[in-house]
Amino acid sequence: MSGTSLAVRDCATMLRRNLLHARRYPSLTLNILLTPIVLLLLFVYVFGDVMSAGIDGEADRSAYIGYLVPGILLMTIGATPAGTAISVTMDMTEGIMARFRTMAIHRRAVLVGHVLGSVLQTVIGVLVVGTVAVAIGFRSTDATALEWLAAFGLTVLVALALTWIAVGLGLASPNPEAASNNAMPLFVLPFISSAFVPVDAMPGWFRPVAEYQPFTPIIETLRGLLIGTGIGHNGWLAVAWCLALAALGYFWSRALFNRDPR
Amino acid sequence: MTTTTAPVPFAITAKGLRKSFGDKTVLDGIDLAVPTGTVFSLLGPNGAGKTTAVRILSTLITADGGHLSVGGHDLAVDPQAVRSTIGVTGQFSAVDGLITGEENMLLMADLHHLPRREGRRVTAELLERFDLVAAARKPASTYSGGMTRRLDLAMTLVGAPRIIFLDEPTTGLDPRSRHTMWGIVRELVADGVTVFLTTQYLDEADELADRIAVLSEGRIAATGSSDELKRLVPGGHVRLRFADPAAYRSAVAALRDVTTDDEALAVRIPSDGTQRELRSVLDRLDSAGIEADALTVHTPDLDDVFFALTGGTDQPVPAEEAVR
Repeated sequence: MSGTSLAVRDCATMLRRNLLHARRYPSLTLNILLTPIVLLLLFVYVFGDVMSAGIDGEADRSAYIGYLVPGILLMTIGATPAGTAISVTMDMTEGIMARFRTMAIHRRAVLVGHVLGSVLQTVIGVLVVGTVAVAIGFRSTDATALEWLAAFGLTVLVALALTWIAVGLGLASPNPEAASNNAMPLFVLPFISSAFVPVDAMPGWFRPVAEYQPFTPIIETLRGLLIGTGIGHNGWLAVAWCLALAALGYFWSRALFNRDPR
Repeated sequence: MTTTTAPVPFAITAKGLRKSFGDKTVLDGIDLAVPTGTVFSLLGPNGAGKTTAVRILSTLITADGGHLSVGGHDLAVDPQAVRSTIGVTGQFSAVDGLITGEENMLLMADLHHLPRREGRRVTAELLERFDLVAAARKPASTYSGGMTRRLDLAMTLVGAPRIIFLDEPTTGLDPRSRHTMWGIVRELVADGVTVFLTTQYLDEADELADRIAVLSEGRIAATGSSDELKRLVPGGHVRLRFADPAAYRSAVAALRDVTTDDEALAVRIPSDGTQRELRSVLDRLDSAGIEADALTVHTPDLDDVFFALTGGTDQPVPAEEAVR
C-alpha cells in the first residue's frame, strides 16, 4: 500500500475510535445538541412575539422563525467544537496518546480522526436541530436544490473551520475545564452576531463588533440561501472566513501536536 | 527458537545522550549499547532519569544531544522507521479506558495495518495468552492494575515488535501479577526479542536482565552483569550473633579483622561465601572455643551495589540489618 492510502487508513481507524467513544458515551453529544434546541424553542415561543416586533414592527412569531433558524443552525455548529476541545484535551492526557506517538502511524491521524468525527457529529446535529425547526414551522422560501446543497456545503465548511480551531484550543489547554473555557467564544460569538436580531437593531458602538466577526456573514449567507434574503458580498466573506480559520486551526494544531508531550 | 539472525549486533545504542528540562539536567551524557536479543535493565531510584531515557529512545520526546540508534535506525533521521520496530509499555497505562479490552486490541491491529481476519486471530490469541478472555468485552477502565498492565503489554505485542521498552512494568503490581509479568518477559526473550527494562526493583533486574546499568543523577554509575556489579562492592561476610554478653566479649577478643556491633552482640567476619572460606571461619571459631547462638552467611546483593553507587545519602540501614 502506498503512503497516502496508509495515511487514509490510519485516519479512518482514528475516526472509528472517536465515533465509538461518542456512541459509548453519548451524554456529551446530547448535552451539546440540547442547548440549541432549547434556545430555539425559547426564542420562538417565549420571546418570539417581542423579537419579531423589534425586527419588522409587527408581532409575527412565524416570521421570526424564518429569521432565527439559520442563526440557531450556526449555533449548533458553534456548540459542537466546545465538546471537541474537551475531548481532545482529555485524549491528550491519556496514556494511549503516548502509545500512538510511538507507533508508525500517520502523524496527524489522531487529530484528523477527531476533526472528522466532530464534523460528522456536527452535521448530524444540524440535521436534528433542522428537523425540530421544520417541525415547529420553519419553511424555506423557494430555495432551489442548488441552494440547499450550497447551504449544506457551507455548514460542513463552517464545521470544519471551527473544529480545527477547537482542536488547537484543546491541544493548548492543560485540562478539560480550561478547554471548556477556551472554547467559550465559539459558543458566545453567535449571540453577538446577527443570529437573533439584525445588526441594525444593536447599539451603535457595538455594531462593528457584530458586523466584522465571522458568524455574521456566515449567518447572512445561510439566511440568503434558505429564506431568500440578500446575500451580497457576504457569500465570499463567509467562505474566506472559513478557509482562513480552517487553515489557522490546522497549522496551529499541527505545531502544538508536534511539540514534545509533557 | 532461541537464536535469530540479528540484522544489527546492537538493538539500541546511545552515545552522549543528554536531556534537560529548563535548567534541570536529567540525562547528562549517557552511553548505552544493548546487544540484540538480550534484556537490558536500567536501574535507578525515583527521579534518576529512567523514564526520560525510555521516552527519548522510544521517539516520544527529542534528545538535546547525543547519537542514538534503535533497530539500526538513526533516531534523529528516521523516527518513523524506529517506531515500526519498537513496542512500548509505559509506566502509566497506555490503554483506551473508554473502549473494551478487545476493541483496544483490534484498534492496534488496525493501526498495524493487519488484514481484518489476521487482526481478529492475533487479538484472540493474545487475549487468551494474557488471560483476558473473560474481561475482553468489558471497558478497559474497569480492569484491575494487573489486568490493565497485561492488556497494555498485549497491545504492544500486536505488531510483533523486535525491540520492546518496558518502563517499570511491575511497579504497583501484587506479587502474583509481578511473577506473571516476569514469565511473559522471559517468553519474549526466548523468541529473540530485545527488551529494554527500567525498574527500581533490584530483584527484578537481577531476575531478568543480562546486563544492568545503574543510573544515578543523570549518569551511568556502573554497568555490567548482575554478578559483575556485585563484585564491585565489598560486603560478603559471616555474621555471628550472641545471646550472652560475656560470650560476645570473648569472641571479640579472640577474633581479629572483624567488625563488631556491641548493641546487637554481633560480629562480622569478612568472607566471600565459599564453602572453603566458611570452613576456615568455623575452624577459627572452634579453636578459639567460641560458640555463637546464630550464624548467617551474607553475600552482597544488588541492594549493596545500589546504595554504594547511587550515593546512598538517604541510606537508612545496611541492607542485611533490615532483613535480620
